[in-house]
Amino acid sequence: MPGYSDPGFDTLALHAGAVPDPTTGARAVPIHLSTSFVFQSSEHAASLFNMERSGHVYSRISNPTTAVLEERVAALEGGVGAIATASGQAALHLAVSTLAGAGHHVVASSALYGGSHNLLDYTLRRFGISTTFVPPGDVAAWRAAIRPETRLLFGETLGNPGLDVLDIPAISAVAHEAGLPLLVDSTFTPPWLYRPIDHGADLVFHSATKFLSGHGTVVGGVLVDSGQFDWAASGRFPELSEPYDGFHGMVFTEESTVGAFLLRARREGLRDFGACMSPHTAWLILQGIETLPLRMARHIDNTRAVVAMLAAHPMVARVGYPELPGHPSHELASRLLPKGCGAVFSFDLKGTRQQGVAFIEALKLFSHLANVGDCRSLVIHPASTTHFRMDDAALARAGIGPGTIRLSIGLEDAADLIDDLKRALKAAEKAA
Amino acid sequence: MKLTVEGASAYAYTGGKAFDATLPCVVFVHGALHDHSVWTLLARWFANHGHAVLAVDLPGHGQSEGPARGSVEALADWILALLDAAGVQQSGQVRVVGHSMGSLIGLEMAARAPQRIGHLAMVGTAYPMKVSAALLDTARQAPFKAIDMVNAFSISTLAAKPSYPGPGMWLHGSNRALMRRVLQGKLATGCEVNLFHHDFSVCDRYANGHEAAQQVQCPVTLILGQQDQMTSPKATADLAARLKARTVMLASGHSLQAEAPDELLAALRQALA
Repeated sequence: MPGYSDPGFDTLALHAGAVPDPTTGARAVPIHLSTSFVFQSSEHAASLFNMERSGHVYSRISNPTTAVLEERVAALEGGVGAIATASGQAALHLAVSTLAGAGHHVVASSALYGGSHNLLDYTLRRFGISTTFVPPGDVAAWRAAIRPETRLLFGETLGNPGLDVLDIPAISAVAHEAGLPLLVDSTFTPPWLYRPIDHGADLVFHSATKFLSGHGTVVGGVLVDSGQFDWAASGRFPELSEPYDGFHGMVFTEESTVGAFLLRARREGLRDFGACMSPHTAWLILQGIETLPLRMARHIDNTRAVVAMLAAHPMVARVGYPELPGHPSHELASRLLPKGCGAVFSFDLKGTRQQGVAFIEALKLFSHLANVGDCRSLVIHPASTTHFRMDDAALARAGIGPGTIRLSIGLEDAADLIDDLKRALKAAEKAA
Repeated sequence: MKLTVEGASAYAYTGGKAFDATLPCVVFVHGALHDHSVWTLLARWFANHGHAVLAVDLPGHGQSEGPARGSVEALADWILALLDAAGVQQSGQVRVVGHSMGSLIGLEMAARAPQRIGHLAMVGTAYPMKVSAALLDTARQAPFKAIDMVNAFSISTLAAKPSYPGPGMWLHGSNRALMRRVLQGKLATGCEVNLFHHDFSVCDRYANGHEAAQQVQCPVTLILGQQDQMTSPKATADLAARLKARTVMLASGHSLQAEAPDELLAALRQALA
């Protein structure tokens, strides 16, 4: 029922986790730029350290401003709580390192952001955690890749670079049959568009740098726990279900039936690895989230207008947006992402690598840079930037053509964006 | 800590410390569709301040085997049997802290074993604890929908600080997830009992409150949430008078342990001192 007791998404985006400051009356969330927080007494200090009370001690572990962001994202995603981290990469690392150690194994989608792929395939391998990559749409391959030492399955809601839609209901079922959790990177699909937890995901993280912040100002990540996975029943997670020497023999699944993962992640991963978020960063991301529903609606409207123009343009060979009937994930997108498939997609120019460069250089509104999810429209030409060392054959193996362009559609007037693109397409045509 | 009670395995959280039956014992009793984890912070505080703590999972809830008991009276007998199994002394050493349905169980414990109970704290309580026919019907036919309804009524704020059991937790989400977990845990055992409907029916049917109050000999404290929509403070006046109870009002809804953990601790420290 609508109202304060059961608020809707837009209300939560503004109010979850925050009330007027009881000390000052400040209506906006205050920025608590303080490393540490005064104990009321020695007894109070001891009880905070021993988890007999809830509260803030030191801002690497928790902070009042950051906690508002954590509660708010958890509320929007349908989770039990969250941990804010220094970046999206830190959120992924926190999730994996909380559940896996040397000798353990991850099954991951092969269609991942390059940074995630690097972490799993190179860096974590050096620390004894191996990963098997599988095509995200091949449910049998996910199942076949699971080993006794596997600790989690991981994919992106919209894969990189082709926007393959992850079939979360199917992949989470495979994970749960094996007593494993499914971790999902939902950066391209903020919760206004899609809530992976509602479809079976157990853990969700965002690079909050992107749409949650929305203004291209700060780097941050948020890791959300659904509270749905039964770590004790699985039998594969003694880190959560047996005494932890690093915190007075605490058994996290006894301390919190639905929050055990977050307790361990905060009391070990955040405490020891230290990749925490600055309260100032948290505040800026909160500012972004307050307008997330409005921005995402506009992002989607603009994206649909641009996609329609590009799909009909003679200089465009292919548009990779799942709402288009020819996209491999079209049916899945219709079922799982009815509000839109995000505002980041790629298309292929007809022509050479040089024509791609000409296109980029002719743009005036689109900014050429390596980011997505800004309120301003962004563009990148992988063949001349992120993948410039690859020849055309290697590019093809990565699903990238010499004329592949990735766009992140912002909040400008759609007509202005279309005009900018049309003019650049003309420039590319002339560069042939 | 695992125990055998009435022939089945039972679980009680001991506050992160080994249980010592020679210390004054505090028993925490959860409410409908909850488990011991609603008491974690309080249990840890009392366990680290000179008490032996038993935060039970009621039969059929959490880690305690079923069957779920069908009345407040039977649940009170079950906890008294659990105290025996834990080796807790028989004389006046036990403080009982119950929340919601658990508060009624505590009332029956104090009535049935007055020589054994040294103090009764009833948190988020009312008597009678009637449940609307509409909610019982929804609980029977669509328990997950009913969980969402109860969750909305149980928490009075969108920002309870500090969050429970620690910063970054979203109380609406964690309470909903806990109720779903307890319900699904029961279903996963193959039992056909709808635990949500069962627990709410137990509350609704309990009719021995006035008679029980006459048997209670220990001091009683009622700790109530000013914004409680599940067990309205208005519905406790008669019970408070019959129990000669001290009443403490906190700025909270029904989930006092999560919404006002520090204030509830302060109230319990004073009550159980």
